[in-house]
Order: sequence, then structure tokens, then C-alpha cells
Amino acid sequence: MIAAFAPRAISVFERNVRVYRSQWLMIATGFFEPLFFLLGIGFGVGGVIGTIPYAGNDVPYAAFVAPALLASSAMNGAIFDSTFNVFFKLKYAKVYDAILSTPVSVGDLALGELLWSNLRGVIYALAFLLVMLAFGLVHSPLALLTPFAVIFIGAAFGAAGFAITTHLRSWKDFDFLFIILTPLFLFSATFYPVEIYPGILRWVVELSPLTRGTHLIRSLCFGDLNALMLVDLAYLALIGVIGYRHAVRRLGHLLLK
Amino acid sequence: MPNPSNAPMIRARSLTKRFGERVAVSGIDFDVNPGEFFGFLGPNGAGKTTTMRMIAGVSPRTSGELEILGGDPDREGARIRAEIGVVHQQETLDQELTVRENLLVFGRFFGMDRKVIATRADELLELFQLTDRAKDQVEPLSGGMKRRLSIARALIASPTILMLDEPTTGLDPQARHLLWDALQRLKRGGTTIVLTTHYMDEAEQLCDRLVVMDQAKIVAVGSPRQLITEHASREVLELRFPGGTDSLPTTALEGIGDRYERLAERVIIGCENGEAAHARALASGLTPESWLVRRSSLEDVFLRLTGRSLDE
Repeated sequence: MIAAFAPRAISVFERNVRVYRSQWLMIATGFFEPLFFLLGIGFGVGGVIGTIPYAGNDVPYAAFVAPALLASSAMNGAIFDSTFNVFFKLKYAKVYDAILSTPVSVGDLALGELLWSNLRGVIYALAFLLVMLAFGLVHSPLALLTPFAVIFIGAAFGAAGFAITTHLRSWKDFDFLFIILTPLFLFSATFYPVEIYPGILRWVVELSPLTRGTHLIRSLCFGDLNALMLVDLAYLALIGVIGYRHAVRRLGHLLLK
Repeated sequence: MPNPSNAPMIRARSLTKRFGERVAVSGIDFDVNPGEFFGFLGPNGAGKTTTMRMIAGVSPRTSGELEILGGDPDREGARIRAEIGVVHQQETLDQELTVRENLLVFGRFFGMDRKVIATRADELLELFQLTDRAKDQVEPLSGGMKRRLSIARALIASPTILMLDEPTTGLDPQARHLLWDALQRLKRGGTTIVLTTHYMDEAEQLCDRLVVMDQAKIVAVGSPRQLITEHASREVLELRFPGGTDSLPTTALEGIGDRYERLAERVIIGCENGEAAHARALASGLTPESWLVRRSSLEDVFLRLTGRSLDE
């Protein structure tokens, strides 16, 4: 579908496929982090606390945590590529200077990069879904829709990461990124329900894109369809569009002076 | 596309580029004709690269007219870039891909068919003597090989215009000559070539026509021969004074040839006959440590036009 609308974006996407065909191990390593959290927190801590109330039922703690880890693995996949790899190509390897000397535009370029970072998020999410199935952590056939849902998570984090990266000046600036990402991962209703937060703090957490992504995936995994999922999708898509447009503007500013 | 064969490939009028207060290119006019080997000669910072970027459609002009293949690069960027191959001054090869993959991936950016790209890539590898390195990574290649690969990559979509920014800077003499031969072959094949250089010999060897740029402006235009005839005398006498040239009496220098330029340790004298001028120099009491006579070159043109030598 996108190939018909934006063939040049696909050519940028293809470049990354070719690069990673010989570096697939690099991709595989990104899959292990959420798995370790599932084993350590989901089953380890879960073994102590047993069950946790969710949507009116008591559910095993590991089954509660796993969907959040699936969402965060999609986030990690998308954001790793749209930050570190984009920065390398933008500032050091001069890959984008070469690409923009061809008919490819900054819009094509950003779209192609985001398609790739999104695919990476989807791959991680799919792999994690298989792990959840293996451990019997999936409670609804709707969980099979999660690979489609994570496209929205990847779009939001990929585009936001890309947009932020266009403002970074050196590798040192990546410290800021981790200052954002670590609390985002820990506090976005990943390991406990969002209702735990008091007052205004809860609403701040509700606005976290990962909270929205986690809510979306968790609802699917427990077969708990609800209207708030539409808000999740719209919110993530909105961040994706804003991030993309900002990234395109910044790329033009940096490379087409 | 409306581009009759006699219309210029590139046409610039009052072309200007500012970066804030700084004027990088100041109202320049030039035409590049089909099949021509056209050069921008000038020192670093003269505005050559900025001009190239405007032509290549990656830098919008501030004012003036610019027409590439009958179109405006600011409005028809993608269409024009599809017809132009660019070799950047700085290496922009894809380090994460092999030599051959660099060509394959680039062809896709131009929307070419995979099979066509594969055939073309192998032809280019052969042409630029890179076939036996096809599967290697880019990084271990020599400077000359990388530059040849950059040119091969720029040619993947068989462009109408090939643009090269300082293509031989940093190459050893042998690699330079290899590259010059390759460029001459391309020109014979009908490709219009635009290059920038600060090497006089390169401009003289390669260019049919060139413009001399200095401080954002064009100071002369013509074929290398024309420029030399117009702006320099037939021969040049160079006198070397390691102790400096400040104390040399002006009256002694004036009578030697048609004109002279006083550099830090050399006096460059333009004249009809270098040997005779040397005799006059000795007769007027000058005692250079060494001397030589040579034909005038573009270096002398530049010196004459700007009062500075190119490498200053």
C-alpha cells in the first residue's frame, strides 16, 4: 500500500533491510531485555504477590505485566532505531546527504526510516507474543491483534524519537534520552495499575504514550474491549504525525541549507 | 521536457546565496552547455561548493535565476535530481554496505528496476576497476578506490549531468591520473560534467570552459587557453629570494617583463620571453638564489586577477 504512495520511502526502508540482513544478531539482542523483566519481575516478584486485581478479576501477576512488556519492547525497537541509528546516519556517516542528492525527499527519507523502526518494534512484539503464548500468559484470542496495535506504538515512539534526535548535538546528549526513557518504562503502569497514583499524578501518567500503549495491549490480551482503546489509538497516532512533521522540518533545516 | 539540444544544461543569472549576513555566492552568471566539461576554479571559501549545492537541488537560492535542464531546482527538485549524479567533497559512501550494495541501494533511490540496477552496477564496477572488491566493505578501500566508487554510484542512474566537488583532493598523483582518465572517458561518452577544484593543473587538463571564482564572485570565464592568453603573458619567469622580497627595489622589478607580482619569497614576472627577462633581471642587479622559466598557467591567471596565489 505504502509502496504505491511513496515508492522512494520504500527504497530508504530497503536500505535498512539490506544493512540488517548481515547484522540480524544486533536485532535479536533487543528481544532479551523484556524477556528478562518477565522472568525477574513477572514470575519472580509475581511468585511472591500471586495475583493482582484487573478489570474486576484477580489475574496472575505475570499475565498482568507481560502485555506491558510487549508494549515496551515495541517502544524500544522503534526508538532505538530512530535515535541512535538516525543520529549516526545524520551526523557521522553522512548517509542522508547522499540520499538527498537523489530524487528522495526529506519526507520520503523520514517515512522510510520510520517504516523500518516500526518494523523493528513489530518484530520484537511478535517475538514477545510467542513467549507469552509459550508461558500461557495470553487470556484472549484478541491478543493476536497486538502486532497490529503495536504499529501505533512504534509510530508514536519512532516519530517522537526521530524528532528529538534532530535536536541532539553529540552522543553526550543521549543521556537526556535515557532520563526520559527509564522513568517512562518504569512508571507507565507497567508493573502496577495506573489507579495507584494519587490525584494529578495519575493524570500525568495517563498522558504517557507508553501508558496508552500498555492499556491498549493489556486490553487485547485480556479480551477486554473498551472505548478507551480508541483514545489510545488516536493519541498514539497523533504523536506519530506531529513527530513525523517536526522531524521532516528539522531534516530540511539541517540538510537542505 | 523542453530542452532543445542547443539550450544550456545549466543557466544561472544573478544567482545569489546568503547565510544570514554572510554572502556565499554573490550574483553570478554562467551557462553550462550540453556535453561540456565545466569547471569552477577558486580557493576554499570562494563559493564553489555552495554553487554546486544549489545546482544539485539541495540548497534553495536566496535570489536570482537558476535553470537546470529547463526547470527550477526549487520547484522541480526531484525531477532534476533524477538527472544529476553528485560526488560530494566529503566521503558519503554507505559504510554499512558492501561496495556493490552501495550501487544497488543507490539505484533504488532513483526508482530503478532491480535487474537493470544489477546489470548497471556490474558494468560500473568493471569500468572503475572495482570488480574484485565488489563484496568488500567500503572502509578498507584506498582513498582513490573510494572516490572511484563514489563516482560509480553517482552514475548508477546514467545521469545527464555529473557533478564533482573537489574530486581529487587528498589523492596521490597516480590515483588522480586514473580518475582524470575515467572522467575524460565519461565526457567522450556525452556526459555533461561540472567540477570544482582548487588545482590549476586539474582545471587545465579537464575543463573545456571554466569560471574563476573568488570571494563569492566570478572574476573570469573562458577556456583555459583563452584565460591564459587574456590574463597572462606567454611565459613566466620565477625568481626565488629565500631572504624575502620586501627589500627588492621596485624600479629594478618594473623593467624586467610586462608585469610582476611580489610574493613572500618569489617574484613572478610575466613576459614574452623568459630567458631574455632573466638576463634583464641580472643586468638590473637582482641576485635571485634560483630561477625558472615556464609557460603561463591558470595559476598566473588567478594571481593576476586576485593578487593572491591559490594556496594562500
